[in-house]
Amino acid sequence: MKVRSQVSMVFHLDKCIGCHTCSIACKNIWTDRPGAEYMWWNNVETKPGVGFPTQWEDQEKYHGGWELEDKPKNPELKLKLQNRLQTFANLFSNPAMPTMDDYYEPWTYNYGDLFNSPLGPDQPTARPISRIDGKPIDIKAGPNWDDDLGGSNIYAVKDPLLADMNPEDRQRLFSIEQLFYFYMPRICNHCLNAACVGACPSGAIYKRAEDGVVLINQDKCRGWRMCVSACPYKKTYYNWSTGKSEKCILCYPRLETGQAPACFHSCVGRIRYLGVLLYDADQIPDALKVPDEQLVQRQREMILDPFDPKVVAAAKESGVPDGVITAAQNSPVYKYVKEWELALPLHPEYRTLPMLFYVPPLLPVLNATQENGTQRVETDLFTSLEKARVPVRYMSRTLSAGNDELVIKAYRKMIAVRIYKRHETVGDVTEEEANAALEKAGMGAEEAEAIYRLTSLPTYQERFVIPPYSREGDIEETYDPQQRKAETGFGRRQAPQRGL
Amino acid sequence: MTDILLFVVFPYVALAIGIVGTIYRYLTNQYSFTSLSSQFLENDLQFWGSTLWHYGILPTTIIHIAGFAIPKVMAAAHGTPELLYVSELAGKILGIMALVGAGILLYRRLTSSKIRAITTPVDWVILSLLFAQVFFGLILAFVYRWGAAWFIYTATPWMDSLALFQPAPQFVTALPLAHKVHFLTGFLLFALMPFSRLVHIVTVPVSYLWRNFQLVIWTRRRVM
Repeated sequence: MKVRSQVSMVFHLDKCIGCHTCSIACKNIWTDRPGAEYMWWNNVETKPGVGFPTQWEDQEKYHGGWELEDKPKNPELKLKLQNRLQTFANLFSNPAMPTMDDYYEPWTYNYGDLFNSPLGPDQPTARPISRIDGKPIDIKAGPNWDDDLGGSNIYAVKDPLLADMNPEDRQRLFSIEQLFYFYMPRICNHCLNAACVGACPSGAIYKRAEDGVVLINQDKCRGWRMCVSACPYKKTYYNWSTGKSEKCILCYPRLETGQAPACFHSCVGRIRYLGVLLYDADQIPDALKVPDEQLVQRQREMILDPFDPKVVAAAKESGVPDGVITAAQNSPVYKYVKEWELALPLHPEYRTLPMLFYVPPLLPVLNATQENGTQRVETDLFTSLEKARVPVRYMSRTLSAGNDELVIKAYRKMIAVRIYKRHETVGDVTEEEANAALEKAGMGAEEAEAIYRLTSLPTYQERFVIPPYSREGDIEETYDPQQRKAETGFGRRQAPQRGL
Repeated sequence: MTDILLFVVFPYVALAIGIVGTIYRYLTNQYSFTSLSSQFLENDLQFWGSTLWHYGILPTTIIHIAGFAIPKVMAAAHGTPELLYVSELAGKILGIMALVGAGILLYRRLTSSKIRAITTPVDWVILSLLFAQVFFGLILAFVYRWGAAWFIYTATPWMDSLALFQPAPQFVTALPLAHKVHFLTGFLLFALMPFSRLVHIVTVPVSYLWRNFQLVIWTRRRVM
């Protein structure tokens, strides 16, 4: 057993209100620079929808992620993008790379015109101008261009996942009284088997062993852009000004000083949880060679119980510090992912072992227009999954590689918690009903209470259990601290500038 | 005197600037080592331009270097008229590929306002020089034919004499002007390497052929 620690995340989609505060917090700190204007290391998508960049989930177009070789015996994992030799053949023009049109052209407004226009009969206007060449542009797309347009026949209908649903369910998503959409904040998943790392010809992308953050060494990056194509989540971006690729760094300078990443810290809905997971790195190769439906289960098996004395001993032997083990024991992520099995990874079928998990959203309110034109609203709002307005198939295509059972199980628990608390606090649900719901979800009242507390009433310290980094100790023993002075932050002494 | 300056002093100066400058830049500003790709801003012409250019120029450059480094092998490879004919044809095709590629890249840079916005003065110098270099190379190939044969009795002894620090410019001083321009532009490009995006030539990621897919780096290994 080779125990490693990973700072992992849970996003509770049932709590996300789609306010984009996380995106702005991130943008203001990291990507408000020339060449990075179009990047959204954190973005919030409306799903069903096309996402950012447009249709990023369509891997037939972008060739992101890994796939198993198509042979019956001992299939090996390979990049969907290309093999090693093809990498060299494609070095000069990257075949599956999204271009600026797939994101959007960043722009600003010519505000000076408002003041400097000559006197005339017309109101002066500030025309949009491109942030690249400064020329006037017609805005065709922008950040969150399809925000809130779930059910749209222009945007949402182009969601690549809809192709997998049966026509009836698909139709329902677009009928006005039944349409269903939710917000999905996305950051880098800091995968255990990251495709960006595997595809980088220069070997510039790496995973930090201490906390599992995936980073691009800006000095080693040569701008071949293979990571942009290979990341199935499209969470590495090419900086067109500096000629380097960039990605979410999980605010490691903040983590190292004991603060939650900016997007976590600023989250208005408090949907984000951050904590350590201990996992067995030896199991990675095998966990990726199972059929799609078993991927989530295998990933959960890889995650180790931090209370198990055997695991603790193995962790110490593998060099995991005591403080990190304690953090793993207090980790809210462990509870959501492993103990309660409520949180699921995004698109496990890309086989990158993403370490960001999502609690699926529940939209229980069911209403429909009756034949006489009046609206009927269900009064028993939280009764059962069958009545809820949730297309399980869509969620399972998003979060469990098509395994409906896992999604249904999570939903049953979430509904049971609501029924149980309704019984306790409002009292219009009988104890029998509450117990029946708990039984159906396969959990006890204690677990329901714990889920309720961590979902609804968590404190800052409960949501973000940041392991002690003791960075100063690491550095002290290897380098003279004076040598490392002024190297904190993004890791650069000079501002990143385009080379000659 | 001019010949000494052009074919002895200038090559040494150019090589010194190219080598020392590139190493110095690598040591002091590794961050600036990148291909500065603009595919993100313009994809269609980039594919044809960049692919034709690189697929044409890389084999051509390697063959040139082989002519200096292993002249006997190269001479043997052109031993018969048939072989000479084939290599002459292959060389011309590669050269035309490179010229068309460079032309497309030049056209693309001139016409796309987005690409122009991220083009530096030295980009223009480099791209024009490369285009000119391939153009003169093709003139040599078409006007002074069978270069594969005469190359190893003119350019090779000159380059070898430079490499052995016993410069013998007489091997090339009597050649026509087109040859001289081609030689000098080659050295000029080498000298410009550390001041331009050409440094990406030395960053060919060969280790990708054998490295592990996953890279895990410890700040300091804590395993006892």
